[in-house]
Amino acid sequence: MTSRCSVYGIRENREPITENPEVFMKLIIAIIQPHKLEEVKQELYKAEVNLITVTEVLGHGRQKGVTEIYRGAKETGNLLRKIRLEIAVNENFVEPTIKAIVKGAKTGETGDGKIFVLDLKECIRIRTEEHGGIAIG
Amino acid sequence: MNTGDTAWVLISSALVMLMTPGLAFFYGGMVRKKNVLSILMQCFIVLCLLSIQWVLYGYSISFAPGEGFWGGFKWFGLAGVGLEPYTDYAATIPHQAFMIFQAMFAIITPALILGAFAERMKFSAFIVFILLWATFVYGPVCHWVWGVGGWLRNLGALDFAGGTVVHINAGIAALATALFIGKRKNIEKNIPAPHNMPFVVLGTALLWFGWFGFNAGSALAANGLAVNAFVVTNTAAAAAGLSWALIEWLHNGKPTIFGVCSGAVAGLVAITPAAGFVSVIPAIIIGILVSVFCFLAVSIIKPKMGYDDALDAFGVHCVGGMWGALATGLFASKAVNPAGADGLFFANPKQFLVQLTAVAVTLIYSLVVSMIIYKLVDIFIGVRVGEKEEAMGLDLTQHHERAYTVLE
Repeated sequence: MTSRCSVYGIRENREPITENPEVFMKLIIAIIQPHKLEEVKQELYKAEVNLITVTEVLGHGRQKGVTEIYRGAKETGNLLRKIRLEIAVNENFVEPTIKAIVKGAKTGETGDGKIFVLDLKECIRIRTEEHGGIAIG
Repeated sequence: MNTGDTAWVLISSALVMLMTPGLAFFYGGMVRKKNVLSILMQCFIVLCLLSIQWVLYGYSISFAPGEGFWGGFKWFGLAGVGLEPYTDYAATIPHQAFMIFQAMFAIITPALILGAFAERMKFSAFIVFILLWATFVYGPVCHWVWGVGGWLRNLGALDFAGGTVVHINAGIAALATALFIGKRKNIEKNIPAPHNMPFVVLGTALLWFGWFGFNAGSALAANGLAVNAFVVTNTAAAAAGLSWALIEWLHNGKPTIFGVCSGAVAGLVAITPAAGFVSVIPAIIIGILVSVFCFLAVSIIKPKMGYDDALDAFGVHCVGGMWGALATGLFASKAVNPAGADGLFFANPKQFLVQLTAVAVTLIYSLVVSMIIYKLVDIFIGVRVGEKEEAMGLDLTQHHERAYTVLE
């Protein structure tokens, strides 16, 4: 089977997937409180993590949200607004990134959110078509 | 009694009423989406609260005849304010028509201030602040400039529709509150973008529309003076909108709709005191120059000084109002309004000094008393919301509502 590399960066063979095979990449996904986004961003900048993707999402955890009241009808415990951060980093940046997110997002109360760390197979910078760890930062 | 005059003043009252919801959208579009309802709420509560305050005692302290600090309480609950004309104010319409027209001014003026402390004021503190401000700042200043026996009125100060009473008064109060309440959190690096620019445009359109009642209605009759006010109002707003766009084009490379809206409102502010005293060419000059002054205030001076007048209530209303009041002293002409006066450019430099006095008095009085009221409210209630509440937004934390849903 020959090596095939689509523009989406999906490789189906077992060859080294980055130009520097020693570098492993991780995708960090964090779900945080919307009002902590600004602090998390500041902490990430301090940790020199500058490339993040932010989306507004809805989620359901253990936290009860602020009760909303519409003409006397209470709405509570529904899906709550959260912010989802996606940050792709080389391995040496994983711990600093996690620390920065925790520092910015932690209040100690239910609902502070979660951080997921996933192995990242490939990363391609579209502008230059560079692959792997070099394309990530 | 004149039916045409009465009809026009009633319609004008309704037009001015619409300006407060218009202002709500103008300001509401500028804030972040987590705070839009708080702005709409503050504007609507002002409309409700001061409508009651006005008929109970607000009209009396502002307009009941008196030589002193204010008019007092002799017209409490509209006692003696009936359906016959009160000739000292308007000889051809029922007294209550004049009263309700003035009510709409008393409502929108305090609402203008909220642009300064947007996105961080506690709602309970807001209500108390506004009620005290309407009573101890708007009431007296309105009495001095427009009331029978008011000393600035007796001095000959010209303020056709509220340059000093409304715009300088509210604008300087805005600066006072912005200085005291402090900056919003986390805005140094990125000033938050307006969350809904079409709302800003909608609000501007409603303000412009309502301003015909504000200025042309201030003639208190359906006559030539009202027509003059209408024409110069439209002209100044247009000139200022064009001027602001041009300044942006030269200064930033591109003109913006936000700029045109800001300019139009600044033009409307500036022509307000002059509308019944100047003709159309001065209106164009007033409009062109107000955008220069206000642009300097909001884009150059504000960032340098570092106060967070969030929605530029000071930069547009106070600066534009000062220019309008002084320009009235330059361009006023008895050819436009025989009951007025000639300005500096019509060989009467004294009028300019009278205008300057009225401006200075309003600035100082409103600044000092607004600060005192703010401090009192801060001591007893606490003006600013907590850090977490500010970060979560006032809609959810002050009202338990939100403006927009994510799913359905």
